[in-house]
Amino acid sequence: MTAPLPAQRSETAFADFKLPLMRDAAVAEANRCLFCSDAPCVNACPTHIDIPQFIRKIATDNVRSSAKTIFESNILGMSCARVCPVEVLCVGACVYNDLEQPPIAIGKLQRYATDMAFEKNWRFFEAGKPTGKKVALIGAGPASLAAAHELRRLGHACTIFEKRATIGGLNTFGVAPYKMKADRSLTEAEWVLAIGGIEVKTGVTVGEQVTLQQLEQQFDAVFVGAGLGADSALGIPGENLPGVYGAVAWIEHMKLTKADMSAVKSAVIVGGGNTAIDASRETRGLGVRSVTMLYRGTREGMSGYQHEWSAALEEGVGTAWQSLPIAFEGTGRVQRVKCVKLDASKRPIAGTEFTIEADLVLLAIGQAKLGDMLGSLAGVSVHKGIVKVDAHGFTGRAKWYAGGDCTNGGKEVVNAAAEGKAAARAIDAAIMKGAARA
Amino acid sequence: MPDLSTNTGGIHSPNPFWLASAPPANSGLQIQRAFEAGWGGAVWKTLGTPIQNVSSRFGGHTIGGVRGAGFNNIELITDRSIETNLREITETKKLFPKNPIIVSLMVETEAEWKDLIKRSIDAGGDGLELNFGCPHGMCERGMGSAVGQEPKINERITGWAVQYSTVPVLVKLTPNVSDIIPHGMAAKRGGAHGVSLINTIKSIIGVDIDRFVPNPRVGLASTNGGYCGSAVKPIALHMVAALARHKEFGLPISGIGGVCNWRDAVEFMLLGSSTVQVCTEVMLRGYRIVEDMIDGLQEYMRSHGFDRVDQMVGKAVPAFSEWGELDLNYETVAKIDADKCIGCQLCVAAFHDGAHQCIHPQQDSRVPRVDESECVGCNLCQIVCPVPECISLVPVNNGFKPATWNEHVHQGKPLRPKKGAH
Repeated sequence: MTAPLPAQRSETAFADFKLPLMRDAAVAEANRCLFCSDAPCVNACPTHIDIPQFIRKIATDNVRSSAKTIFESNILGMSCARVCPVEVLCVGACVYNDLEQPPIAIGKLQRYATDMAFEKNWRFFEAGKPTGKKVALIGAGPASLAAAHELRRLGHACTIFEKRATIGGLNTFGVAPYKMKADRSLTEAEWVLAIGGIEVKTGVTVGEQVTLQQLEQQFDAVFVGAGLGADSALGIPGENLPGVYGAVAWIEHMKLTKADMSAVKSAVIVGGGNTAIDASRETRGLGVRSVTMLYRGTREGMSGYQHEWSAALEEGVGTAWQSLPIAFEGTGRVQRVKCVKLDASKRPIAGTEFTIEADLVLLAIGQAKLGDMLGSLAGVSVHKGIVKVDAHGFTGRAKWYAGGDCTNGGKEVVNAAAEGKAAARAIDAAIMKGAARA
Repeated sequence: MPDLSTNTGGIHSPNPFWLASAPPANSGLQIQRAFEAGWGGAVWKTLGTPIQNVSSRFGGHTIGGVRGAGFNNIELITDRSIETNLREITETKKLFPKNPIIVSLMVETEAEWKDLIKRSIDAGGDGLELNFGCPHGMCERGMGSAVGQEPKINERITGWAVQYSTVPVLVKLTPNVSDIIPHGMAAKRGGAHGVSLINTIKSIIGVDIDRFVPNPRVGLASTNGGYCGSAVKPIALHMVAALARHKEFGLPISGIGGVCNWRDAVEFMLLGSSTVQVCTEVMLRGYRIVEDMIDGLQEYMRSHGFDRVDQMVGKAVPAFSEWGELDLNYETVAKIDADKCIGCQLCVAAFHDGAHQCIHPQQDSRVPRVDESECVGCNLCQIVCPVPECISLVPVNNGFKPATWNEHVHQGKPLRPKKGAH
């Protein structure tokens, strides 16, 4: 169903940036939790996991129930424990921050409970009684997996269409390997699919092998969890030289295969978002001596998380603020990046051109939005490639729902999980309207 | 899913978790919220002639940074009118017919007992709990622990209650006695259908060392209060087990004293409690702790193959015996797993100063060495070791057949040579 991963992958060189907790440490940390009423951490979590409850259950060694509490709210709780930017979500909301004391390590505690669930192969959910309804899902990433699992609990048959050979979406081929490796994502995807009744068709591109109209005719509802498209380009000279790649494509290459880094002594990463920071830390982690993050704005203006950027800095990533590449140069492959400094309005300042050596250039300046694939469907509105949906993932055209990066423009796994689940509930309400549940 | 329903002396409950007669069971709205959260039953805060309370009333004992590990109070029985309490009992029963309400009572004369029992049952009470335990304030008025400490008075009042009641009667026992057995037996002779224990322990929670006044402070004075919370659990477990194993006792037990989570509850149940009552942990954290208690108990029962609560109640009682019945020839020695040891040498320090000088540092390694010829298998090393499964106590085949002290004294069975006694 899904292609196996090669054993030799660059990502396996990375150790976990955040180490797992052993039992005593987990219990001690759990006992620090104040068990807040109407806890701010719960409100900060897009999937509203009952964090004080799951932590209390760790404190009492009731880890199975703790894991159940997590998965009840978020079936992707295992990967979210590793990849969530907890510093700006649950942990950032912990009331201990106001005491200027270390906040509860919620992500690590969630990892403790969910890893144990995987290790012991605990299962909590069963498919609902069959309703006879069928739902198609486009893309096999976090949004579709969360949606499909919820739909199965409600008894609907699911078919996922995935254009790649490998499932899991960005969780498999996009997460920084010091947070989670591809095999862990596949393990999670299989664990989710084990609820049964979810057919996964890999290597099938919607719009080519199967049309939107066919999906609409053959299914009671369609969920679009297509994610984002190819890396954006700058449109400057030399962009086609070997050694200049889109960051998301390169990260996928590095995670799923063995990337040849032997000739790379210096790398330039273009961008100021989290993909740029990830790519910087990853190239450093693979032994590139000089890594420079080149961003057209200021440190304060970057969209990447400050805690991620601080970690990159500690790991030896260099930065060039308010700088823009104007050409990539080299013989046979990229060797230099020609740049210019920008003013506060991001306009080039004449006479400030400079050159940085680079054998590898990764462009992390955004990705294509895929919403236009739905452009032919009347009633679905797409703005700048982003599919417009209401709070329940409804597009405005009967049968059609969407969630995840293709609707939010590129957020976290936990947002995709929340949106997928919400859409599943809305789909259920719509297709079961007036129908009796067995 | 295992069946959590229980029967304590004829009081049926959907699960074994009851609110104890205390501040969390003070009013109808509170108990309704508790039932909503999942609590099985509630023992209504003691009814009697309404009293006047003091400020402040509670004291907390912080142990190693854990606030409220011990707790005490100098609050008395209900300060609300009997009529109000009875009306709210009726309202609550109407909303939650399946959750038992046990009405705690404390009055003086036979006529008062007769009257209040009838009104409590008419209001909808599923059972009564006679408060013979409160160790402050009420005992000075001849009630509470003043009754619980006198088996004859306990038996007489229990007899009145059983005579006038048409619902099961539980007697709540005080731990402020040297031996719990005569008091449990007095309740039994009086005809009680079950007992609840322990009530709180007479205590001073601490002293304000700047004002020179004990806590909790009422102006510039204080009084002894009732000690409860996690810290009292070992005392409560012993008293529950002592009654549970007593051959002539045999009444159902509702266990109380430091029950904070499902694990505590399981321990009380294995030692003979069919239900447990909780107060302090709810006062510290709220009703929603019951979610973990229910989940955890179900997981425990599932993993141990128990389908019903009665299959586990008292399961550890047969293994609770007198010291003289323990096998003196059972021998263990400590083994340190050198691969797991992190070289903290806490075991070395503990053993040199606190035990049998049988664990020694080594010159070429941080991993200590156990002198097995001196090791008495006391457990201290395992208790101080911070590494899971690093130190294990391994049984030794010393060639001696099992022999207890009683068997040695009365039948002359041989004992193995003593270790570590120089």
